[in-house]
Amino acid sequence: MNLPVTNKQGGPPGKSGKWGKHVIEEARGRAFVYFCVLLMVVTIFSIVFFIASRGLTPFISQGVSVKDMLFGLKWKPEGNPPLFGALPFLFGSFVTSVLAALIAAPLGFCASIFMTEIMPKFGRTALQPAIELLAGIPSVVYGFVGLSVVVPFLRDVFPGQGIGILAGAIVLSVMILPTVTTIGTDALRSLPSGLKEGSYALGATRWQTIYRLILPTALPSLLTGVVLGIARAFGEALAVQMVIGNAPHIPRSLFESATTLTSIITLEMGNTTSGSLHNNALWSLALILLLMTFLFVFVVRMLERRVKR
Amino acid sequence: MRAKTVDRIATAIIICVAGFIMLVLAALLGYLLVRGLKHISFDFLTSAPQAIKVGGGIGPQLFNSLFLLVLTMIITVPLGIGAGIYMSEYAKDNKLTAFIRLIVEVLSSFPSIVIGLFGLLVIVNTFGFGYSLLSGALALTVFNLPMMVRLTEQSLRNVPKEQKEAGLALGLSRWKTISSIMIPVALPSIVTGSILAAGRVFGEAAALLFTAGMSSPRLDFTNWNPLSPTSPLNPMRPAETLAVHIWKINSEGLAPDAPEIAAGASAVLVIMVLLFNLGARWFGRVVYRKLTASK
Amino acid sequence: MSAQGLSTNNLSVFYGEKQAVKKVSMDFEERSVTALIGPSGCGKSTFLRSLNRMNDLISGARIEGEVWIGDKNICDPHTDVVRLRQRIGMVWQKPNPFHKSIYENIAFGPRYHGVKGRKQLDEIVETCLRKTALWDEVKDRLSQSGLALSGGQQQRLCIARSLAVQPNILLMDEPASALDPVSTAKIEELISELKKDYTIVIVTHNMQQAARVSDRTAFFFLGDLIEYDDTQKMFTNPSKKSTDDYISGRFG
Repeated sequence: MNLPVTNKQGGPPGKSGKWGKHVIEEARGRAFVYFCVLLMVVTIFSIVFFIASRGLTPFISQGVSVKDMLFGLKWKPEGNPPLFGALPFLFGSFVTSVLAALIAAPLGFCASIFMTEIMPKFGRTALQPAIELLAGIPSVVYGFVGLSVVVPFLRDVFPGQGIGILAGAIVLSVMILPTVTTIGTDALRSLPSGLKEGSYALGATRWQTIYRLILPTALPSLLTGVVLGIARAFGEALAVQMVIGNAPHIPRSLFESATTLTSIITLEMGNTTSGSLHNNALWSLALILLLMTFLFVFVVRMLERRVKR
Repeated sequence: MRAKTVDRIATAIIICVAGFIMLVLAALLGYLLVRGLKHISFDFLTSAPQAIKVGGGIGPQLFNSLFLLVLTMIITVPLGIGAGIYMSEYAKDNKLTAFIRLIVEVLSSFPSIVIGLFGLLVIVNTFGFGYSLLSGALALTVFNLPMMVRLTEQSLRNVPKEQKEAGLALGLSRWKTISSIMIPVALPSIVTGSILAAGRVFGEAAALLFTAGMSSPRLDFTNWNPLSPTSPLNPMRPAETLAVHIWKINSEGLAPDAPEIAAGASAVLVIMVLLFNLGARWFGRVVYRKLTASK
Repeated sequence: MSAQGLSTNNLSVFYGEKQAVKKVSMDFEERSVTALIGPSGCGKSTFLRSLNRMNDLISGARIEGEVWIGDKNICDPHTDVVRLRQRIGMVWQKPNPFHKSIYENIAFGPRYHGVKGRKQLDEIVETCLRKTALWDEVKDRLSQSGLALSGGQQQRLCIARSLAVQPNILLMDEPASALDPVSTAKIEELISELKKDYTIVIVTHNMQQAARVSDRTAFFFLGDLIEYDDTQKMFTNPSKKSTDDYISGRFG
């Protein structure tokens, strides 16, 4: 009984056998969606492959040691001998993004609590659109505002030129605030409502409920938002580059010019010839950025697994 | 009594923070508009920039941004919808699908500068497309694709399952059911999301520095032959976009009025993003009303 | 067995480990209405949905046994499900017209199956709308969205839509449970009209409805087919005690 249903009755004319119109149509549609997915998979593998192949060249065939790059303090790619110490950039990237997260996290948590626990209606109609708008503002605009508002302000209030890690961190903190807030809000909204009611029933105040019950329960999700925020800050290029000063050393204070991985790449990639050691060393920095992305995704996945449990 | 006091203080702090965030946004927009609007005129929006003289405009950059956006969306939307259909309708619940999901997640977390570098290495150099609008559009496609995929997947999942079953019960193939029955239902939310994605693409600069380039050839806006090198429509010409222009004049602008130009250009960029945002909201509301008020 | 007869033989449906339908064998009388009744979760909807393999959509669902339509076993993996479904119309609990015009809702199916020409399509649309007593209500606004109709009208539009591809069998999954009493009465009237031409299987929660519209009734409980007989007999003199208990409202 494995004949296909033939159209003796009720079936439309003009179709015959197994290869009816719908079979071909289905095959064509499937081919299209498989193609799209395949393209995406190929793209990501080629991103990793191409950047890794260029970024590994200095270590494999041009005599730069991984240790020198990761822990070296001097970046003199055109010097004699050339030095490729990327530690100042790593330091700059880590410190700015972590500092940005430290500023953004408490603000974001408060905003999330405001939107879920305190004034949900006002939060939904005013604060949420505001935060979505913040997310939509392009990074060069943040850079521009940072350069023309934050930097002069810091220059007036604190010693130094105003440019530096703190300026970068402040600009970044506004940029990642939407990430932290949105994920935090989703997490708080998805908490079971019985949780709160039980606590209120015991006579706890709202703050006690938030502090003792809601925050600990939602902590892994809130951390997910923070990690995603750090990831975004770590990879952000232009806004930081515009306000951080770009001096290739480890700064002694928050108000001294510094450099991040992204900003050094932005600045130097265009001025080096493809294939030169200097150029390849920049690809190594890009590879570090790429590996950091994997690390962030991994950490986020770990946190999400904890949420599910 | 003490617990109540703490509660009040904490609540007050939280409300203050929420107010502070609104204030930051208002100050940000206010600053940009107040400083920028003074400088925006028809001439500013249409004339070419000046390298070292006062009075340059942002005409070509504005055109480049819009043209690049159109090119990008033409490439991204079909690919994103295709992959989104796969994720929502064809993907089985297995390891392969989990892996593809991971790939979408990783792709969406790549810093845009990394995508720009990939574009430089592969699209500009290996494919030989050079610094061009097409290279920029392809880089932005990589940047935008994960968002489109998720958007399509989510929109299709929100289509009531009875719609799908009704299509299948009529004897339609799965593909026909998806493309003719489900996609029309999902379309409003796909369009709304795409407009928001377009806003993101419009303001993106880091992915474009090394793909679309940081210069714009002298354009002849009377020449509409897409193959001519001075034609604005030629996809193989380098094109500095508005966002890239802002970055460039801030870091190496030589014109004496560079800060004003940057302010004006930033205001234009932000206004465009606001328009995209409001446009998406407006569209969503209109469609919602059309679908619900029909009873 | 005639060319269009519908029957099942030892049909079981599993969701993962759970067996939702247990070895049900039934013969459906042609051109008559069979009602499937039973408490929620008894497997009657699952059973209905396996008659046109709609359960294929649910991941983890698995069918054992046979469903015969004429001389074809549709559970055979080689069966062309797409074409099979064209011969079996289906109506859901919630009206689900396509997000298209009233005309398109009906013309879409036949056009896809190869009916060309505006005239023929017009004819099909009119016939189907007349059969469902909707023609006079909507003939002046065929280009309006199907969603603009009232709930009861939408449901009749959905029935008309399924008739347009010329099925022999109609499966109805609680077609009136989301409607008001007037619309429900209309749908029931319609069912009695349609059974002249179609084999109808209807799942219902409403005992009175089963008694009013069906010729035969099957009582399901925990995935088992408990009793299957003429509706008259089921409601007056059921042979099993649990049937009697359910029908007289003592449980479920």
